[in-house]
Amino acid sequence: MAGATTVGRAHAPSAPPRHFFRTSATPGQIALALGIAAFLVLFLVIPVGTVIYVAFTEKGTGGFTLVNFLDFARTDLFIRSFWNSFYASAMSVVVASLFALPLAYITTRFEFRGAMIIQTLGFLPLIMPPFVGAVAMLLLFGRNGTVNLLLDDWFGFKIPFMEGLNGVIFVQAVHYFPFILINLSAALRNIDRAMEEAAQNLGSSGFRLFRRIVFPLAMPGYIAGASLVFVKVFDDLATPLLLNVKDMLAPQAYLRVTSIGIADPMGYVISVVLICMSILAMWISARAMRGKDYATVQRGGGGLAKRRMRPWESVIAYAAVLLILLLVLAPHIGLLLLSFATIWSFSPLPDGFTVAHYGRVFGESFVYVKNTFIYASIAGLIDVVLGTAIAYLVLRTRLVGREWLDWAATAALAIPGVVLGIGYLRTFYGVQLPDGTPLAALWIMIVLALAIRRLPYALRACYAALQQISVSLEEAAENLGATKTRTIRRIVLPLMAGGILAGFVTSFATAAVELSATLMLVQSNADAPLAYGLYVFMQSAAGRGPGAALGVIAVLLVALCTFASHLIIEKSQKAKAAGH
Amino acid sequence: MLRHSAAAAALIAGAALFTGTAFAQSGKVTVVTSFSKDVTDPFKQAFEKAHPGVTLDVQNRNTNAGVKFVEETKANNQVDVFWASAPDAFEVLKGKSLLQKYKPKAEGIPDKIGSYPINDPENFYSGFAASGYGIMWNDRYAKANKLPEPKDWQDLAKPIFHDHVAMAAPSRSGTTHLTVETILQGEGWEKGWRTLKEVSGNFSQITERSFGVPEAVNSGQVGYGIVIDFFAFSSQASGFPVKFVYPTVTTIVPANVAVIANAPNKAGAEAFVDYLVSPAGQEVLLEPSIRRLPVNPAVYAKAPADYPNPFKDPSLGSKVKFDVDVSEKRTNVVDVLYDQTITFQLDALKAATKAIHDAEAALAKKDNADAKALVKEARDLVAAMPVTEQQASSPEIAGAFTGGKQKGARQAELEQQWAAFAKERYQQAQAKAEQALKLAR
Repeated sequence: MAGATTVGRAHAPSAPPRHFFRTSATPGQIALALGIAAFLVLFLVIPVGTVIYVAFTEKGTGGFTLVNFLDFARTDLFIRSFWNSFYASAMSVVVASLFALPLAYITTRFEFRGAMIIQTLGFLPLIMPPFVGAVAMLLLFGRNGTVNLLLDDWFGFKIPFMEGLNGVIFVQAVHYFPFILINLSAALRNIDRAMEEAAQNLGSSGFRLFRRIVFPLAMPGYIAGASLVFVKVFDDLATPLLLNVKDMLAPQAYLRVTSIGIADPMGYVISVVLICMSILAMWISARAMRGKDYATVQRGGGGLAKRRMRPWESVIAYAAVLLILLLVLAPHIGLLLLSFATIWSFSPLPDGFTVAHYGRVFGESFVYVKNTFIYASIAGLIDVVLGTAIAYLVLRTRLVGREWLDWAATAALAIPGVVLGIGYLRTFYGVQLPDGTPLAALWIMIVLALAIRRLPYALRACYAALQQISVSLEEAAENLGATKTRTIRRIVLPLMAGGILAGFVTSFATAAVELSATLMLVQSNADAPLAYGLYVFMQSAAGRGPGAALGVIAVLLVALCTFASHLIIEKSQKAKAAGH
Repeated sequence: MLRHSAAAAALIAGAALFTGTAFAQSGKVTVVTSFSKDVTDPFKQAFEKAHPGVTLDVQNRNTNAGVKFVEETKANNQVDVFWASAPDAFEVLKGKSLLQKYKPKAEGIPDKIGSYPINDPENFYSGFAASGYGIMWNDRYAKANKLPEPKDWQDLAKPIFHDHVAMAAPSRSGTTHLTVETILQGEGWEKGWRTLKEVSGNFSQITERSFGVPEAVNSGQVGYGIVIDFFAFSSQASGFPVKFVYPTVTTIVPANVAVIANAPNKAGAEAFVDYLVSPAGQEVLLEPSIRRLPVNPAVYAKAPADYPNPFKDPSLGSKVKFDVDVSEKRTNVVDVLYDQTITFQLDALKAATKAIHDAEAALAKKDNADAKALVKEARDLVAAMPVTEQQASSPEIAGAFTGGKQKGARQAELEQQWAAFAKERYQQAQAKAEQALKLAR
């Protein structure tokens, strides 16, 4: 098999020397790679390909052409959109880092009461369901939101939090900073305490210790998170659209793809540009990591030594954490208020409060909750299995073309949900089951679409987790006679557990509130997930309250799962520590 | 023996499960709709009550996504009914042969509402409710900002409304597209665009969804919105402090329903269409959460006292003879023109509009002939359009947007030209207005 050619060390000078002992791929690895490739081709490449194909066809003749890309470069609007997207993404990474770094550092570095709760609460913004999140932010920070009405009343001025790109950066940073938080925290927890102790013994302490030892060792986690934030903001369309910012790339693609009666290729051209940018960002982040070895040989007692804070330190820490939490949880606070509000119109707070919205939603929301739970769990499971497998193939084997798996899976990040939805309909609707129902009408297709859309998250998390485990641990196991499978099962997977779980949680939580792809694929109310129910509610004046109530239920559901998984992580860490 | 029959029953039940579509035909009517839950739920309840044993399976998608869905799935269609507002969506479906002819059994429904035909002349779709366009505003917002009550589209162009108005993009909202087309037909191409640009120059936002406008007005983020009437009525019914007015140039347009070609449950689909236009179905429209205008004049007798009645009130929708053919020919061109010269150039347009307002305010205090001439030039620059009415419906230009097989100008090329045209003129207009302001000081 051509894909399994043996590549010796001499032929691959760029490979780090630690890989030298692996000169061949086992049949099992080849089969695994082929299996993953088949899955990706069937559920990602083909559906998206059928849609993207349009970008390269000429109007009228249908022949191959690049003129559409020329049109892209010649259109001011698209160029402006490109730079706006770039600027907003980069600034979102900066602002998100400002939120995430203190939270991650304080909670993992110090003995801090409620660190676990903060980790969970800090994760909540990621599960801001579409529509309601930005609506709630507008009610609080909008031109006539709570804050500005009060400011205007008391001091006679307003702050344009939510105007234009500022609004996008603000909302996106709040929404996606958990990507950095969760990956960075996992990385910090995985740092070997011995490293720190060694540095301390050599006389390093304080900020120098952080800068020279702790931060570099946590780099894979930070870069993984930051690149996710960048790419996610780059291709997110819900937030800019709800804030009525249209001159960004993803909204432009969406507006064109879904415009009625306009069979023009530019929407697909923009999709191709989006995909290329995502891959580029991921490639650059991988590039930044290359040639550096972040793995720690030994797992010394589960992460950094936790230090007790001095009183003044803890005052600052608590104040900072509280302020950040208040800010990043603003959408949820707004959502909660809205779910209990009677009428909330041009006033700092609602006119009155009621529980009626919950009453209306409880009766019919059970089916949504159940569906969401099933879909998001299966999707998350598929994602971590694929993510672990791909990470393993890329980092630990010399299979030819293994990076392609990584790139393909990562590219999924940039596929607009609508494009994927349309691609699925196009590819699978013609395929009929024995009883005549189209394949695309089955709920499993929603699950697959969710899994594909969320795969990059899980992949990054698994990748970072594996990057931190030294190959020598596996070598040792194999030298002692363990088979490859046994090594993976007994050594690699347990060490990766935290990262895998982080990947699962990210996939699960975000899949639970995904809308764009599902909107195309939901065929019946009985199969609909929460986000769809929310969408249905949130487009009438009377439905705003019940929609918010459903949003709160969604957030609570996912938050509970997240909290549970954090408990598991903590427990396993403690068990590991105790076993040492 | 008993065991045998039980096994047989299980077998039959299993077979029924597998041939579900064949057996369930009398039972399930699948409807793709753009209407919100507040509209569909009361109809679902009432219809299922009137037809025991039948379930109405409602799939909520926005109009465009719904059309795309029906189109993408036509090879193996599972949908019985398409149910939405915008008549042009039905025209698209009809044009692609995705609808089935059906003339509902209903009595007492006239041919026209205002000047608009209620039903498709070829019976591919039927109107079941009507709606008009108007201006909705938030009373608290208006009071806090000391803003007046508008009566007509032109009122919204006044300087006092600058940065206080919102509308959905016509390319995104079929109903807003009809509003724009109504203004263009009611005032003529040139004057219509002038009005549109003068009003749009006062926008604080152009939303992507139709519902984005009532939402922004309800919450008080924006003061005034150009909306379809029932958004305002249902918001009022939910308790929001909003008001609504029909301007003189408005169109009353039917919301429609159609049976999909090759519907798996054709009989059920027809029963649903019949129900919508029956007196019982028409009365559901009066519910506070729906508040659309029935197409059966007799039903208004049961309406609340202040309910608008287009069959009695001659001012509603009579001023414009809305020409569906004209509208259809240039639909895409009008949408793209609006997007390229207004939506995506909103900042430049607003800046020019503000400069003109400032100059005129200064002129009102101190007259200056040169400055006046400059302001007029600026206004003309803003109003200028890159294409004429004839060009807009010409095959060369319209063809670039239809995805037809003929090779002509590319959409992206035209868009760039139009956008550049508008941007340049807005900048010139702003410069002239600023010059005028200096002169008038």
